[in-house]
Amino acid sequence: MPRNRNRRGPVERSGVRRREQAQVFAALGDQTRLALVMKLADGHGHSISRLTRGTRLTRQAVTKHLRVLEGAGMVRSARAGRESVFEFNPRPLIGLKEYLDRVSGEWDQALARLRDLVER
Amino acid sequence: MDNRIEKRIELKAPVSRVCRAITDYREFGEWFRVKLDGPFVAGKLSTGHITYPGYEHVKWEALVQKIEPERLFSFTWSHPRSIEKANYSGDFASDPKTLVEFRLEKTAHGTLLVLTESGFESVPAEWRLEAFRRNDGGWAEQMKNIERFIAR
Repeated sequence: MPRNRNRRGPVERSGVRRREQAQVFAALGDQTRLALVMKLADGHGHSISRLTRGTRLTRQAVTKHLRVLEGAGMVRSARAGRESVFEFNPRPLIGLKEYLDRVSGEWDQALARLRDLVER
Repeated sequence: MDNRIEKRIELKAPVSRVCRAITDYREFGEWFRVKLDGPFVAGKLSTGHITYPGYEHVKWEALVQKIEPERLFSFTWSHPRSIEKANYSGDFASDPKTLVEFRLEKTAHGTLLVLTESGFESVPAEWRLEAFRRNDGGWAEQMKNIERFIAR
């Protein structure tokens, strides 16, 4: 039985992952929301009024789009006094692959130094 | 998805030379940029500290698994949540660990070194994000990430 469990595990996980990815794609598949993400990705918290400024959108429309992004896990909100402040959460965009790429790059550098050492 | 890293490089040096560079703690320290407290012993914890500029506060701790002369050298080491000075709290006992293996093979021109690192499933998603913030301009990097994500 453990074998079966092992075999089923990753499939279920990748199913969940695909569902999450589909949600992220859907959230980003809209020009207004993509523009909001670009603004939020400066790493600062933004209030709805700040996000509305300079656009033709109403506060209600911005709020609606933010909720979609929040649903996909890409935006977090926190209350600051009377206002909600929205922050970008890139976590759904960062998978295992990106982490492996990073560690992999570190190995490339280390192995290049090893090569210099043994071939000199 | 493949949860492991594999690197294959051919080195123009005899197996014995490559083996020494990997298993002698002083030579290992030179290319890995770590100051080790003593020789590697199978089954024993190897300790020291990183000498990479800016990361001298990071401890080196690895549990040596196997030392098979001129064939295999392996150890497990930990992936701390953050290695930035302000947030560093490396704890070998509780941090998630991966297995690093160096395999050596004689070739016509020298040595084939196959490096693998496996066990990344145990590194939590939040920690991976922390590692992603390691470099400066993390947010610019983030945007590229979004582009890549959208493109795939």
